Amino acid sequence: MTAFRINGRAVTVDVEDDTPLLWVIRDNVGLTGTKFGCGIGMCGACTVHVGGRPTRSCITPVSFVAGAEVTTIEGLDPEGQHPLQKAWIDLQVPQCGYCQSGQIMQAASLLKDFPTPTDQDIDAVMSGNLCRCMTYIRIRKAIKQAASELSKGATND
Amino acid sequence: MPFPLNIRYLQAGWKLLFVRLGRFEPNPDKSAEWNHGAYLAQGLSHCGACHTPRNMLGAEEAGEAYAGAVIDNWIAPALTAANPSPAPWTQQELQSYLRNGVSVLHGVAAGPMSPVPHGLSALPDSDVRAIAIYFADIDHAADRAASVGPAVARAMSDDAALGVGQDFDPDARLYTAACASCHYNSGRMPLAVRPDLALDSAANLPDPTNLIQVILRGVNAGEAIPGVVMPSFAHAFSDADIARIAAYLRRTRTNLSPWPELEAKIASIRGEMRASQ
Repeated sequence: MTAFRINGRAVTVDVEDDTPLLWVIRDNVGLTGTKFGCGIGMCGACTVHVGGRPTRSCITPVSFVAGAEVTTIEGLDPEGQHPLQKAWIDLQVPQCGYCQSGQIMQAASLLKDFPTPTDQDIDAVMSGNLCRCMTYIRIRKAIKQAASELSKGATND
Repeated sequence: MPFPLNIRYLQAGWKLLFVRLGRFEPNPDKSAEWNHGAYLAQGLSHCGACHTPRNMLGAEEAGEAYAGAVIDNWIAPALTAANPSPAPWTQQELQSYLRNGVSVLHGVAAGPMSPVPHGLSALPDSDVRAIAIYFADIDHAADRAASVGPAVARAMSDDAALGVGQDFDPDARLYTAACASCHYNSGRMPLAVRPDLALDSAANLPDPTNLIQVILRGVNAGEAIPGVVMPSFAHAFSDADIARIAAYLRRTRTNLSPWPELEAKIASIRGEMRASQ
């Protein structure tokens, strides 16, 4: 039995301790925005936040998150209006869409750590998120657009 | 407890040899806070139980206090000036680490160290501060204050080439894809939530055990930084994969000699993990 919080809601699941968090999120909690890509933490499609930090849920045993706060793409913003999500729509970033939840979750954390990321910051931090449709150019542009919106918000406060 | 350890009076000989009874004697040359830290570290906290090497009969080696030791298949690093971390353990670093389980220049308290900040959380800040003062003196951190700047600069420049353009080093590409999302740092200082692998002890210890343990086991939400996890790569990576990453970190993040026979070491640690589950 593992108890944790997901998108602000308390949940308890009765699964084996070593069940990957990804399957708990998709099958037990029913949130299917987070995707399975490789199962070995090398594609990034499964990326969620644990304690606000980006985490590959396919290789994270559910027992690891006991008592922790998990955030999925569904919970990134209550209205789906995170600056990244707005930039993603504005620039029509996705093609097939499969990798995009993981891309956005990783990018959200990138912007927290590096509010005005350089191309190199983006390359280094986002390289674990693969996109077979090769929308990388639009992903990069959307990250920069969101960064710019976030930094304007900061200076206006 | 196995025989003869389970019969107390049979330990009399060992105690005669190795136990010195008596009250804690403060050092008159040191401050009250130092002495309070020493009292806690030597007594209830018994830091030496892990960090002091033991002789063949299992007693802490006199004269080797805090020189580092193997414990529970991990390495408890030296707490003296022999500590291999590039940046010294100053009072501030120790306080942050012992209080919060993380310090910006040294990373997180994982493995057998992770219960320590938990236990210390019951103590007031002044107690943790006293312990930090004591150990900052033991490791002569103040003498090495000048090494912080170069150590940080080196660590930050190590990441400067990551992900840029075509990378012809397959080990660097593996590291970037698998690890940089959480461990890359940029700018003037690393972020505490992005443990820096050039500054952490794991890549700098003579023995790769701690690095291998963390990669295989990961770190759960109750360890290290509360509520934050590192995934376990045991099922994701082969021994050869982990050996490549460990060798890459050793070669690019330190100036130290390569670790020998990494794959064999990883296989052995993995075997011990399985046996104890």
